Amino acid sequence: MIPDRLSLFQRIRYSIFPGTVRSAKEARGYRRFFNSLILHFRPRSVPERTLRLTLTWGLGGMAVVLVCTLFATGLMLKFVYQPMPGNAYDSIIHLQNDVLFGQLIRNVHHWSGNVLLIVVFLHFLRVFFTGAFHAPRQFNWIIGLGMFLAALLSNFTGYLLPWDQLAFWAITICTGMLEYIPGIGKGLQELIRGGSDIGPATLSNFFAIHTAIIPACLVVLMPFHFWRVRKSGGLVVPRSPDEDPGNRGESVATIPNLILREVVVATVLIAFILLLSVTFDASLEAKANPGLSPNPTKAPWYFAGLQELLLHFHPLFAVVVIPLVIVLALMFLPYFRYDANTAGVWFASYKGRHMAIVAALTAVIVTPIGVLADEFLVDFNAWMPGMPPAISNGLLPAVLILAGVIWFYLLMKKRYAATDNEAIQSVFVLLLVAFIILTITCMWFRGTGMKLMWPW
Amino acid sequence: MKKQYDEKAPATDPSRRSFLTKLWMGLGVFALAEFMGVVISFLRPRKSKARKGSSDVVITAGPFDKFEPNSVTAFVRGRFYLARLEDGGFLALSHKCTHLGCTVPWVDKEKKFACPCHGSSFDITGNVINPPAPRALDMHPIIIENNIVKVDTSKRLKRSEFRTEQVAYPKKKA
Ligand code: HEM
Ligand code: HEM
Ligand code: FES
Repeated sequence: MIPDRLSLFQRIRYSIFPGTVRSAKEARGYRRFFNSLILHFRPRSVPERTLRLTLTWGLGGMAVVLVCTLFATGLMLKFVYQPMPGNAYDSIIHLQNDVLFGQLIRNVHHWSGNVLLIVVFLHFLRVFFTGAFHAPRQFNWIIGLGMFLAALLSNFTGYLLPWDQLAFWAITICTGMLEYIPGIGKGLQELIRGGSDIGPATLSNFFAIHTAIIPACLVVLMPFHFWRVRKSGGLVVPRSPDEDPGNRGESVATIPNLILREVVVATVLIAFILLLSVTFDASLEAKANPGLSPNPTKAPWYFAGLQELLLHFHPLFAVVVIPLVIVLALMFLPYFRYDANTAGVWFASYKGRHMAIVAALTAVIVTPIGVLADEFLVDFNAWMPGMPPAISNGLLPAVLILAGVIWFYLLMKKRYAATDNEAIQSVFVLLLVAFIILTITCMWFRGTGMKLMWPW
Repeated sequence: MKKQYDEKAPATDPSRRSFLTKLWMGLGVFALAEFMGVVISFLRPRKSKARKGSSDVVITAGPFDKFEPNSVTAFVRGRFYLARLEDGGFLALSHKCTHLGCTVPWVDKEKKFACPCHGSSFDITGNVINPPAPRALDMHPIIIENNIVKVDTSKRLKRSEFRTEQVAYPKKKA
């Protein structure tokens, strides 16, 4: 076909994709080119069984969609928002009242950020409980942890930006925790705050981290993550506990089988976020007032577990030692030696499922008892007047709890004649449920002066 | 000719080559460290320029007999409280909770500072009554000249607990 016989529209199209309208054969070539653009990080065909919703629950894909929404809405917010203490709050008010769709864009950013954390957390749980961290996916677990950190810090730095009372004091106490790190704590705190108090320097630091540094990290880490998924031969193939791991089942074409599912998940998720955003506004309290702390002041919900720990342990242990031990344990988790390769089996085995339930129940019983006992009965500090609080209120309870966890591990292993996959998983469940209970306690069961009380 | 030269050339010594590689890597790491150093010193907060003795830093509270014994007066701009103890001595207490940095209000009815954030409380000397706060409220040095009480807010003194030598007394009129 000769280009000048075409309509104007076709000629423009021809100038963009030369050769695409010449013949049916080449049109197919163009189609193939376009398909490979869609495929990009994806293989041409995927094992049919990895498409099941009960493997991924679409969570990784949801995280990608949310990060994209956050980038899009964040960039829009950036046109209106002014990162100066005098102007920040007013620019948000202006955004909400005078800018067309301003409130909606802010809400979408707010809800996407919060939902992202939940989605990434669930994705992390699904990866753990399907054993997808065993070789060859070990390093992807580490990259994932890095992105988890990025998502957490994004939410945290974004939290300050509206510069209202909630933001100001939550960030004050969260950065206040840094002071307890021995040696470097004070310096680190001043570096992050840009001074000894929260002020203009803090806001511009947080703004730069929020809108440049973390997005840049995510832009690098996400493709790395997807590339590792491909290099590991795709997702783990789900199987029932007594099935042979070598059996990958049938493969089907990625287009349309995988793509269609991804589009459905993305559409439903976006609809859900929009629904949240039109129903619930992102909160905005009174403008930040450094002279008046609200009562009670709580950390953002994702740090509530940490704040609850802080009520029970000396800060050195609550803020430094315990989180550090947990993060290190998570990082080395894929590199331990395991008795069995349980990749693809939910909860490792039938026995593993049973043990996970027992561990969860144990945590549901023990954690509230621990919280109540520490609140009303136990006071190591008063019982051992001569001891520095870092020992009586930090080292001692921490060692007791560690001993309890190790005892639990050995007991589970012996009682169920379990492999270490199953026993480690039950410890993971124990700590996970305990952490969730601590978070809930701090969010809903703490009132004025952070005293325990009923939420109603 | 050339070929001969090639043949005679000593085979590259693997240890020398690896030495050079290491040297390059070392230089790279050094350059990176230097770069990080520059970034960190760029971000490090500059010491506030305010000169000593300027009115922003040294706050004049007023003549000492203006303050009742056993009372606490808030200085919002200076971010501190001036406490006058029972015996007439003065303490300038920072309003920042030593737990995580919330602002502590003075509750006059109960004669204590009660932190709204996590329930710490402090007595009039700044001593901890209730944890989680780990140490007494920070202090600022007090200067009493010609019966006028001044507080130097540029200096912040950390202390674990109240001791009597921390109190500033006005000179008894002779
Ligand atoms: C912003 C955060 C994240 C994004 C956007 C993301 C995205 C994805 C996507 C799209 C997949 C493939 C499909 C799926 O499993 O749903 C995936 C798989 C995977 N992710 Fe993530 N992920 C994130 C965080 C994490 C975290 C926190 C971890 C664990 C610590 C993790 C570990 C893995 C592993 C090991 C796989 C391979 C799973 C398998 O082979 O079955 N990711 N991720
Ligand atoms: C993983 C990515 C991101 C997350 C999790 C995130 C999260 C948040 C959160 C939780 C807030 C506070 C919203 C509120 O409750 O008021 C916020 C605010 C903000 N973010 Fe992001 N954000 C992300 C990416 C970005 C990007 C890429 C930009 C711009 C380039 C951006 C620009 C902003 C701006 C200007 C605000 C202040 C406006 C406001 O507070 O409503 N964000 N972000
Ligand atoms: S900041 Fe005062 S009790 Fe926590």
